[in-house]
Formats: sequence, C-alpha cells, structure tokens
Amino acid sequence: MSGFRTHFDNTGGVGPDDPAGTRIDASTIAELEELAARYPEKRSALLPMLHLVQSVEGRVTPAAIEICARILDITPAEVNGVATFYTMYKRKPMGRHHVGVCTTSLCAILGGDEIAAALEQHLGVGNDETSEDGAITFERVECNAACDYAPVVMVNWEFFDTMTPKKAIELVDRLRSDEVVVSPRGATITSWREAERVLAGFPDGRADEGPAAGTQSLLGLKLAERNGWRAPDPADVPAPSQEEGK
Amino acid sequence: MTDTLTPVLSANWGDERAWKLSNYERRGGYQALRTALGKAPADIIGQVKNANLRGRGGAGFPAGVKWSFLPKDNPNPVYLVVNCDESEPGTCKDIPLVMASPHTLLEGVIISSYAVGCHHAFIYIRGEVLHVIRRMQQAVREAYSAGYLGKGILGTDFDLEVTVHAGAGAYICGEETALLDSLEGRRGQPRLKPPFPAVAGLYASPTVINNVETIATVPSIISNGVDWFTSMGTENSRGMTLYSLSGHVANPGQFEAPMGITLRQLLDMAGGIRHGHQLKFWTPGGSSLGILTDEHLDVPLDYDGPAKVGTGLGTKALQCFDETTSAVRACLRYVEFYKHESCGKCTPCREGSWWLVQLLARLEAGKGEPGDIDKLLDLSDNIAGRSFCALADGTATIVKSMVNYFRPEFEAGLHTPAWELFPYEKTTAWYRAGAVAESGATA
Repeated sequence: MSGFRTHFDNTGGVGPDDPAGTRIDASTIAELEELAARYPEKRSALLPMLHLVQSVEGRVTPAAIEICARILDITPAEVNGVATFYTMYKRKPMGRHHVGVCTTSLCAILGGDEIAAALEQHLGVGNDETSEDGAITFERVECNAACDYAPVVMVNWEFFDTMTPKKAIELVDRLRSDEVVVSPRGATITSWREAERVLAGFPDGRADEGPAAGTQSLLGLKLAERNGWRAPDPADVPAPSQEEGK
Repeated sequence: MTDTLTPVLSANWGDERAWKLSNYERRGGYQALRTALGKAPADIIGQVKNANLRGRGGAGFPAGVKWSFLPKDNPNPVYLVVNCDESEPGTCKDIPLVMASPHTLLEGVIISSYAVGCHHAFIYIRGEVLHVIRRMQQAVREAYSAGYLGKGILGTDFDLEVTVHAGAGAYICGEETALLDSLEGRRGQPRLKPPFPAVAGLYASPTVINNVETIATVPSIISNGVDWFTSMGTENSRGMTLYSLSGHVANPGQFEAPMGITLRQLLDMAGGIRHGHQLKFWTPGGSSLGILTDEHLDVPLDYDGPAKVGTGLGTKALQCFDETTSAVRACLRYVEFYKHESCGKCTPCREGSWWLVQLLARLEAGKGEPGDIDKLLDLSDNIAGRSFCALADGTATIVKSMVNYFRPEFEAGLHTPAWELFPYEKTTAWYRAGAVAESGATA
C-alpha cells in the first residue's frame, strides 16, 4: 500500500485511516478481478467494483480505493474522483439498511416532504445520517422513476409505493427490529450490503420474487382489456408496403 | 382509426411471471429475432428507418437514421449501449418495462445489435432500482442458456455478448455521452460533440446509444411490419408509446397509446384530477421541457404538438399538479434537483443552478427582494445554451416557463411565504378536504 491520503475534510472515511484494517480479502480481490475481466477495457468495471467493495466494507474505504486502483492500473486519485462523484457511493459507515425518501418536486409535493420530516424526527437523524442503533441510514433521494406511485420510499433500492408518514415509520420500525419486510414491487428486504453485491453483478437468486408489475403500471392495460382496445392486427393493415428487403 | 389504447410493449405485463423466458416465448417472444436473423442487417435498418421509429428517451431522433450514421470504414468494433438510466423527473416507463418484461428489451438489443454489426452490447441501468437489475441480469442468463446470446446465435454465425451494468446514482448519466464516460469507469460528465457517439463513442469506437423503449419497440416492427407500425400515430410521430401519468390524478399510471393522444383523453381514463380539484399545470415531457396549463389539454402529445406551444414531448412524463400547488415551491424543488444533479463540468450550470436555488428559496419564504424575478430570468438566460449538455437547458426552461405562466405567484414571494398562500398539507396524496389529515410522526 502506498498510503494514499485525501485532503478533503468532508470525506468521512476516504481519509487517513488504516488500510491494513480492510475486510477485502483474497476472495473479494478475485471477484474484483472477475469484474474487470467482463469488459473490453477493464476500467469499465470501476462502478461495479465500487459497489462490490461497499458490500464488503460497508462504504468505500481508502484501502478499497487502493485495491481498485491497483487492479485497474489507474491512480487512487482517479478512483477517488469517481467514488466521490456518484451519490450511491458512501464514505461514511452505513447502517444495516438504507432508507431513501424521494423529495424531488412531485413526490415532495405529494407528501415526500412530510414523510422525510417524520422519519428524521422518528429516527433522530438528518439527511445522510445513521440512526444511533446502526439500523437505518436515512437519505433524501432524487427522482427514482416511480412517479405514478408517489410518494415513494426506497429501502436498499427496493420500491415502497404510495407511502404516508405513518406507513414509513412502521416500515423503519420493522426494519429496525429485523422483521421480515417485503417490497410490494420487489423482493424480501435483505440488507444494504447484500443489495450492493447484486448491483455489482453477483445475483442473489431473488429475481423471481414479487410481481411483474404494480397496479399503476397495469392501469392502461386493464382498461384496454375491459374496452376491447388493442393494437391493430397486422393482417388488417392495408396501405402499400414500404418494407425493404422482402 | 386505431383504438384509444394499443398495448404492445405493455401487453404481457399482467401475465403470471411475465419476466421469465418461457412465458415471453409462449406469447411469441423471440420470433422477431428469428425473422430478423433471416434478413440482411441493412434491411433491418431500412425497416426501422421506414417505420420512422423516433427516440423515446426525450430527443425524438429517428433511430434508423442514427444507426445509419455509423461509419462503414472504421476498423474498431461497433457497440450498442442501451440507456436505462431513467431519472428525468416524472419519467417512469422504462423501469416498469424492464421489471415486467426484460426479454422485450433484450430481444430488441439482439436484433438491433445484428442490424448495426455489434458483438458486445451494454445495458446501463441506473443503480437505484435493485429489482429491475435483478430481472435484467436473470433475463440475460436465460438468453445465454437458450442460445439467444453467445456464439452462433440460433445457428447463424452471429455472435453477441450482453453486459448488464448498474450505475451509481447520477441523473447526468442519462445524457448519452456522460453515460459513455460512466460506462468507461469515469465520472459521468458530458463530452463535447462532435464527434458524436456514432463516430467516437464507447472506447472511442462507433457506438449506437438508444433509450430502452426505443430498442424494445424494434421487435414489434420486425414482427408486424412497417405498415402496421405507421398505421398508428400521427404524421411525424408514428407508432405506439408509453405515457406516464402522475401527480394529483385520481388513478395515476402507465398508458400505452398511439402517438398523438391528448392529456384530456388520458385524464378521462385516469378518473380525472383528484376529486374536488382542478388541473393547474402539467409537464408534457418531464421537468426539463417546462410546463403547460389547462389551456393545453387538447394538444396532441406527439413530437410536434407540445413543440408548437413552446415545450416538447420529451419522455411523455405527464406530471399533473392541481390548484393546491404553489408554482414557486414546485419550481424550487425542480431546480434543487438540477443543482444536485449538475455534474459540475460547466460553470454556468454548476454555479447558476446554485444561485437559482438561493433566489427561489427566499421567494418561497416570502423574503424575495425587488428584482429577484428578473434575476431569475437573467440567470436562466445565462445558463441555457452555455453549457455542454441539456441539463443546463432544462434548469433554465423550468424556471422560465414557471415564471411565464405564474409570475404573480413569484411576485407574491416578495412579501408572503408560499406555504401561507398554498398550505402544504393540502397537496399531499392523503389530504382529504374536511377530513382529519394524517399528521407527521404521531399518527
């Protein structure tokens, strides 16, 4: 280890601590190298590699930065530049679960602001902070592509739709007491670290859990079925053919 | 005359375990791939061009034309990259598509790769959608086992590898050149164009980059023909597409309709604006193209309609807000999004969005100062068109269009807080006039 240090005072972890204390062992290094081999140019694996180190370390650590840099033949500064750019990479130790409340305009107005405020009060945390028991890291997140289910809460990046402050508080309390929690449009909640491992590209066998779609996603389809509406039958389409190659 | 709704991409979303390969095949899945592999690649491009399939990710550029920009004499490999970084506020169509039917996208990826001569395609999915990524990863594994991916696909000499790649939280990576930088393992910052990705994209190689819905539409064109596709929609906007209705709507959701449907028609199907309220403003194409009002209910939602009234079709993300909503508050929250998501490369965007938030926050608090509104507009003019990418333009557009339609509300921000003019508890999804609203932490 070359003892890389950053000079930012808000890195909260990507800073001067002991690289020797890393949990990244030979098997993780083998997986990191496997990721690097999946791409025509190995640097492309950096985002998945950082997801993987988070699943092992609980955050992006200085040691992880060193290791990724070495595998990819780039400088630790280049890895750090990437790690500090993307919101999902965390430099402070994370709680067991990540709870994100969407507070972009539409969700905020439909109640995301009230949900976020309620959770902050209930958990005794501010944005990007972890509850004292280490169970929940709370974050106000930006639009998560589920606006028809607003207001939306994400747990370890699984959807919890049409939430209210009351439902959100019940949800985090169940997470804190390790009850089984299932996303209405996803799988059984595991942990933030296990989610990060899937994002890195190592499946957890849960793809078949949950429904294909929620009620809102199916609204137009059900309406079409009730009214007998469908796309034209190709056999009924007249008009001169413009198709090439036939 | 086509039917009001025309589910094609969404047709199997209600099926039991729709995401499984066997269930997709039972509905005729991967027949389009067999058809395509029997044709010359140039013929596939010709069909997509003749169908006038325009990009469904916001810009509306014809996909077949984009594909034909690939240089013929470049010795480097060609790459296909699918943009599933769906993050534009209001946009929520690609995520349910991939969650319910990842094979629809994957079949499109294989056909499109065959058409453009690509042997390694990438599906870049925003990282914040775990289950969608699981489903896509599994679909790719199933396709390898079934011989739809890998060496010698379906007995032909066509080889294709597909890599599912999770992002890490950055709206800017939906911008195609920023996505390519991100996929190369860098900070996701837009590149100067030209060169365009078709000439120098991923690893400086010729690259086609398209939105999920665009690529997912390709199999239906191959199966059903150009005439079938062009029999739907309007003159310059052919085919069916997903419209996403959200906000203060009785029943928000996804509606797959021929291009050119109106918000009035969609609202009728969605039970209208929530009971007892009226539409105040809405976005036709996410927040980046600005807003419209109830005067525009009959604007055809095709590539031309919204453009004629100063906005754009964008991603067909119809966010509806009723009369309880403060325009100043909505504007601030949109601009906070752009400020958070600015990649920081271009000064007008990085600094300008920060200043816009300061001005809007004090207007929201009723502490605006004389000249603030003109300053908002002046800042916007200095952001738009002065940065590498459209994120900056989106920031300026939402501010200018909000001030354009609701200037008196911004003027009120010189003396009265927005929350006094528009009590915020009334905007929540659970608010019922006259009922006891659920309140905060203790309910």
